[in-house]
Amino acid sequence: MELAHTTNTAAQNYSPELRELLFQYTLQLADTSLILGHRLSEWCGHGPILEQDLAMANISLDLLGETRSLYQYAAELEGQGRTEDDLAYLREAVEYRNPLLVEQPNGDFADTILRQFLFDGFHYLLLKKLQNCSDQRLAAIATKSFKEASYHLKWSSEWVIRLGDGTEESKRRIEKALDRLWRYSGELFQMTPVEQELHKAGFLPDYAQLKQQWDEHVAKVFAEATLEVPQNVFMQLGGKTGMHTEHLGYLLAELQYLQRAYPGLEW
Amino acid sequence: METIVEKSLEEQFEAKIANEIRIEPKDWMPEQYRKTLIRQISQHAHSEIVGMLPEGNWITRAPSLKRKAILLSKVQDEAGHGLYLYSAAETLGASRDQMIADLHSGKAKYSSIFNYPTLSWADIGAIGWLVDGAAIMNQVPLCRTSYGPYARAMVRVCKEESFHQRQGFEIMMTLCNGAPAQKKMAQEAFNRWWWPTLMMFGPKDDESPNTEQSMRWKIKRFTNDELRQRFVDMMVPQAEFLGLTVPDPDLKWNEAKNGYDFGEVNWEEFWNVVKGNGPCNKDRIQTRVKAHEEGAWVREAALAHAQKRSQREAANQAK
Repeated sequence: MELAHTTNTAAQNYSPELRELLFQYTLQLADTSLILGHRLSEWCGHGPILEQDLAMANISLDLLGETRSLYQYAAELEGQGRTEDDLAYLREAVEYRNPLLVEQPNGDFADTILRQFLFDGFHYLLLKKLQNCSDQRLAAIATKSFKEASYHLKWSSEWVIRLGDGTEESKRRIEKALDRLWRYSGELFQMTPVEQELHKAGFLPDYAQLKQQWDEHVAKVFAEATLEVPQNVFMQLGGKTGMHTEHLGYLLAELQYLQRAYPGLEW
Repeated sequence: METIVEKSLEEQFEAKIANEIRIEPKDWMPEQYRKTLIRQISQHAHSEIVGMLPEGNWITRAPSLKRKAILLSKVQDEAGHGLYLYSAAETLGASRDQMIADLHSGKAKYSSIFNYPTLSWADIGAIGWLVDGAAIMNQVPLCRTSYGPYARAMVRVCKEESFHQRQGFEIMMTLCNGAPAQKKMAQEAFNRWWWPTLMMFGPKDDESPNTEQSMRWKIKRFTNDELRQRFVDMMVPQAEFLGLTVPDPDLKWNEAKNGYDFGEVNWEEFWNVVKGNGPCNKDRIQTRVKAHEEGAWVREAALAHAQKRSQREAANQAK
């Protein structure tokens, strides 16, 4: 919340084009945390172990906190008087900019863990860099979220190892999850035109470099988990430019239900 | 010989109770005291866990990001309360697996209030305001209960519960100050939850089999009817403040007793829900059993991995 009071003289000096790019990108980050946070919150009360129910709720809350800071900033960048809730509750699926990975259904615990692990590695590496972003607000949000993301990555890495190197059944399940979800991992590192422009303008790191570090971490964890890193998998793209899987529409129908049923009310 | 030792232990125990000294896990205690506590604490833990479900039902539909975060964090607090209460029961020799098995088989009870459905967003407000309000009434005296680990767990639980109650009241206030559709939603939720909440204090004193012994052992500090009366006296002015109508035609102020007279709880409904015939009893237990059964392979994997790991460490140390 205190972020809202940070003076950001840089933002006021942005050209309209740059402002628009930063708005689009901030929205993409916010959508991503919201959708994944929402998915994790679906587990609440249904986890396999009480302690893990708590852990997933914690991660979901971290992501929701990040979401709110990002939407608040996006709304300011846009300057059209929209609020964080307008951005979350009143946009259609095709306007959402999250990568496909995070909207995939929870499946079983192995699917949820693997989805989290693939994302956490990217999120951690990206936030680490964004802490030094020349946009002060993004840097401040990243600094807060980076600490949380470090914990998320530790948690999901440990679970990948437990499930891979646990029982025959857990190994079969995590391998099945890999078969389902690996094809969505490439999109995380595929730069959209907005990301490319912001990279050129010096706001974003080189994703190829992040990808290399991500590959190293995945290889290390998979080795410990006795899992093979999938090779030559065709990567599904599109979420970050609005071409989603069919799952997102249902998620949003649930998430947006009250705001859509009773337009314009305060809750 | 044995009887003399037992007698003196019992006298020491009674002396501690009389002098308000806490009973701790390693202290001698009568078997019935232990059993009563395990029953009560595990029932309380189960209520927290089952209680996650009716509110969890609205996490994905919360109407704003702020409400969503608050609700998720509240339901998460309940999971945390469940954890410390299971741990408190474990100090009495109960195992978590057994307690959970008893919940799933129907042998152990949990608060009947969670067998009612949450039909609108206003139910989330009503639960926080009324149900958590009643829980606080029941639980604040438990912070002084005679068994140490239970009393200490309750201190923490009560702090969080009072935050929960405030957020429930705030949801109700927002709805009551909102559009007519929101106010209607609030009144309907109030109508649904008022009577079941009064049932949370348990049967009438003359029909409560465990009260007398529990009062003597200072596990319980007030009777069911005393707490129910206090609750009504506290909530009626709050309902008036919100502009809500209490769904009880017999409710009226009684100057002589300095409290409200109120209508008779529908005890037939109360006993029916206790027996398993409430609107959601079957769903709640099925949901818990499903989560537990579907999680079995995860728990097995975690255990198998921990064993592999400790074997490897032992082998490395042997080298």
